[in-house]
Amino acid sequence: MSQPPAESRELARRLREGDLSAAPAVLNLVETRTDAARAQTAALLGELAPAATGGEAPAHLVGVTGPPGVGKSSLLSRLVAQWRERERSVAVLAVDPTSRRSGGSLLGDRARIEVDPGDRSVFIRSTAAGDRLGGLAPATRAAASALAVAFDVVVIETVGVGQSETEVADVADTTVVVVQPGSGDVLQFLKAGIMEVPDVLVVTKSDLGRVAMRAQADLRAALRSLGGTQTAVVSVSSVPPPSGIGELADALDAHRSELDLAPRRARSRRMHALADFSAEYGDRGLRSVGGRREAERWLAEQDPGLDVPALGRALEQHAGMSGQWSPT
Amino acid sequence: MSQSPPPRLGEPDRPWMMRTYAGHSDAKRSNELYRKNLEKGQTGLSVAFDLPTQTGYDPDHELARGEVGKVGVSIAHLGDMRTLMDGIPLGEMNTSMTINATAAWLLALYIVAAEEQGVSEDQLQGTTQNDILKEYLSRGTYAFPPGPSMRLIADTIAYTVQHVPKWNPINICSYHLQEAGATPIQEIAYAMGNAIAVLDAVRDRVPQELMGNVFGRISFFVNAGVRFIEEHAKLRAMSQLWEELGRERYDVQDDKHRRFRYGVQVNSLGLTEAQPENNVYRIALEALAVTLGRGARARAIQLPAWNEALGLPRPWDQQWSLRLQQILAYETDLLEYPDIFEGSVVMESLVADLVDGAREEIQRVSELGGAVEAVDYMKSALVDSHRERWRRIESGDLTVVGMNRFTSTEPSPLTADADGGILVVDPAVEAQQQDAVRHWRAERDQTAVDAALAELERVARNDAENIMPATIAAARAGATTGEWAQALRNVFGEYRAPTGVGEAAAVSSEDVAELREEVERVSDALGRRIKFLVGKPGLDGHSNGAEQIAVRARDAGMDVVYEGIRLTPSQIANSAAQEGVHVIGLSILSGSHRQLIPSVLEALREAGAGDVPVVVGGIIPEADAAWMREIGVAAVYTPKDWNLNQMMRDIISLVGVGHGVDTAAPA
Repeated sequence: MSQPPAESRELARRLREGDLSAAPAVLNLVETRTDAARAQTAALLGELAPAATGGEAPAHLVGVTGPPGVGKSSLLSRLVAQWRERERSVAVLAVDPTSRRSGGSLLGDRARIEVDPGDRSVFIRSTAAGDRLGGLAPATRAAASALAVAFDVVVIETVGVGQSETEVADVADTTVVVVQPGSGDVLQFLKAGIMEVPDVLVVTKSDLGRVAMRAQADLRAALRSLGGTQTAVVSVSSVPPPSGIGELADALDAHRSELDLAPRRARSRRMHALADFSAEYGDRGLRSVGGRREAERWLAEQDPGLDVPALGRALEQHAGMSGQWSPT
Repeated sequence: MSQSPPPRLGEPDRPWMMRTYAGHSDAKRSNELYRKNLEKGQTGLSVAFDLPTQTGYDPDHELARGEVGKVGVSIAHLGDMRTLMDGIPLGEMNTSMTINATAAWLLALYIVAAEEQGVSEDQLQGTTQNDILKEYLSRGTYAFPPGPSMRLIADTIAYTVQHVPKWNPINICSYHLQEAGATPIQEIAYAMGNAIAVLDAVRDRVPQELMGNVFGRISFFVNAGVRFIEEHAKLRAMSQLWEELGRERYDVQDDKHRRFRYGVQVNSLGLTEAQPENNVYRIALEALAVTLGRGARARAIQLPAWNEALGLPRPWDQQWSLRLQQILAYETDLLEYPDIFEGSVVMESLVADLVDGAREEIQRVSELGGAVEAVDYMKSALVDSHRERWRRIESGDLTVVGMNRFTSTEPSPLTADADGGILVVDPAVEAQQQDAVRHWRAERDQTAVDAALAELERVARNDAENIMPATIAAARAGATTGEWAQALRNVFGEYRAPTGVGEAAAVSSEDVAELREEVERVSDALGRRIKFLVGKPGLDGHSNGAEQIAVRARDAGMDVVYEGIRLTPSQIANSAAQEGVHVIGLSILSGSHRQLIPSVLEALREAGAGDVPVVVGGIIPEADAAWMREIGVAAVYTPKDWNLNQMMRDIISLVGVGHGVDTAAPA
């Protein structure tokens, strides 16, 4: 299916005008891997880049991750409702870890996030994790940065601990790790440095009472010993009567308001451009730009408002290659 | 003793209780049906409730749309129960109610209706199904989360054992597990695990000296498939394990209390839409499984009708099944002998094998923390077994006569008449019931109802109190089914059961290799993997079919969005639009397709996804299938389309053609 060239421009216009109903079409586009669609995606991101719009996309990009079964979806149901009460529009990009052995996947995540189907200000899209082990679906990053122009909150939900939060942290303004009481593995991961210190730690199932309080205290202590005193630790319960949800939303807001957003997002875009470049051209490609370090230094000198594909193209030119991001 | 047992009993056994699972439309029409059935020699009642009643919604609730009076009778309040039992002496009747999430409520309505007939609750005899775990595993009419659900069950047991002593407060159902694909060992083990969870929960709520009575009031509702020798062995194995459980785990002293008591509805899963007249033989053989040996004979039997795979059976179809029971009990010599399998080497070793296998599986469930905690495990194990059964049918390893073998047939005169040989519920029933419930609400003492519901909520919040007295008071005050359930939903919250599909094992690759190639080819051309939404609109919780479709589509390489049961048309449309799916499959078995399918199509248009092709599967009469194709459904699948791979080929081709991609010609 070839996209008419006008489509990306039209989608970009709708997103800039805050038209949330553009979201499904944006996702269909960024997930389509034909050359034509990739060129369209690059064009879309170019039109939405800070360099073109004059500022970072206003949404709060929130990464939510944690081991399976801790209650992420129930938490998100409550959190989305909380944001809606605060009159914020929300997009949730749920990356499903389902095995891809057969190529296919079962996307069950949206089933567990309860929302009002008539509410046009909530958008949920599930994507298979694809070939990247435990990582983000290839299109999720692009989708997040595009939707961030129109939505107030964009959530990227992934499953796992020890790996996935690193990738999420690269995209998100605020990273939330969700654990349940008695999950000692998270404590161990933190102590062993396998897991980076998240911005907000959520302990679910606070209805369990003492066990939950104890877990919260243990995590606080572990964080202190790692110097992570900035990390908020919030206890929530998603079963009726829910508790701690407002507090969590406040903690997320507080983290975001203290953030120096523009440099953080610019750095994130540069990292992604480099990651995509090395995925495409491998070590040989990296050597041709003087190695990873040199490439990072070079990227840091580029316009901070450039989108990922534009940075990728610049890297290609710098390396003397003609490339995947060039519009055909 | 060297003397062999006498060849005949001194006096033939009394026949089992004969019932027909019946009820449709409203209380008045169902009451007429019950009276006619009793005239025909039926000895007990088996009430089928519609899905809104089963899941705790009034007829005018959004989720009740298309379901009112469909798979059973709509009972929204005391007035309906009064009408349903009008002229039926409740002091003498033995009534089985297939009711689970709302069992406490329907029992309360029954108690108050009896009270109005001048019959006190301690005279009542019957059964409330009241088994929530199998609702999570198979049948889908749950309302509340596991914890509160187990409490409601324990409360009804604790109440009845003291106040309604002849009532069977729970029927532990292995029936639905077999329908969901359970092997005999799984059926035995999960039923026993379920019973243990229930008994452990009740133990905290009744005085210790009553535990023997509690154990003695627990009955089972089992299934019997067409492999009737093994099926009979299964029941003997269950008797043995149950007796053991009473003795060892619950210290039940009285032999009578430890006796395994069960009712049965024989297998519907194996009934075919192709050559449906053959089902009569299957039903007869399955009935033998539960009657042949006196050592493990059913206490109550209800048989399905020959045309269940086609739609709702008519009174005549049900009469035909009742006659089968009567022939078995009154014409044959079945009831004249002692147990005919005693001393049979074959039977004994079959039973021993099943007992051993079941013990192992019971142990596994117990290691996972008991049946409540093991719901996820059991669910995915069942999805796996069902998938295996289906694979064997498709490969021909398992013969189903008339379906995958011996398929050539003469036209059947049984299905040739105008209505296609099924019962069609008058679509006007829904509107009538909606008016009736509004009228009921307008006429009652609202203050009394508000107070009763407030009291109910208070009791629900206090785990130490029994829910039954407040429930009976609410029934008496005139609360509705939806109000009772809503009060509890306010306290307990809503629940979505696991779908079991995520964990299901994949079919072996050679079975789907060709499909995978085709999915890859079309996906490459689209630039995006084929994305397929499998949806179950309405209240129908029979998700086994939808689950198998979802798992097979995944195995074929598609991205499958499956959100479980009980979705509104707008939820489905919203998901389809947001998820960017290429094709939608809807599954409906409750007969509500005439209302729900147009609603879904309309909602899809509104959500901007009107161009996404929709296929429908379920128990759908041919006339309705033709009509659906006319209103825009791309394809309709019924039980005769048992070849899942063929269905997948159609779906891939549908997506390909819709997007201008050449696809392999459907085989």
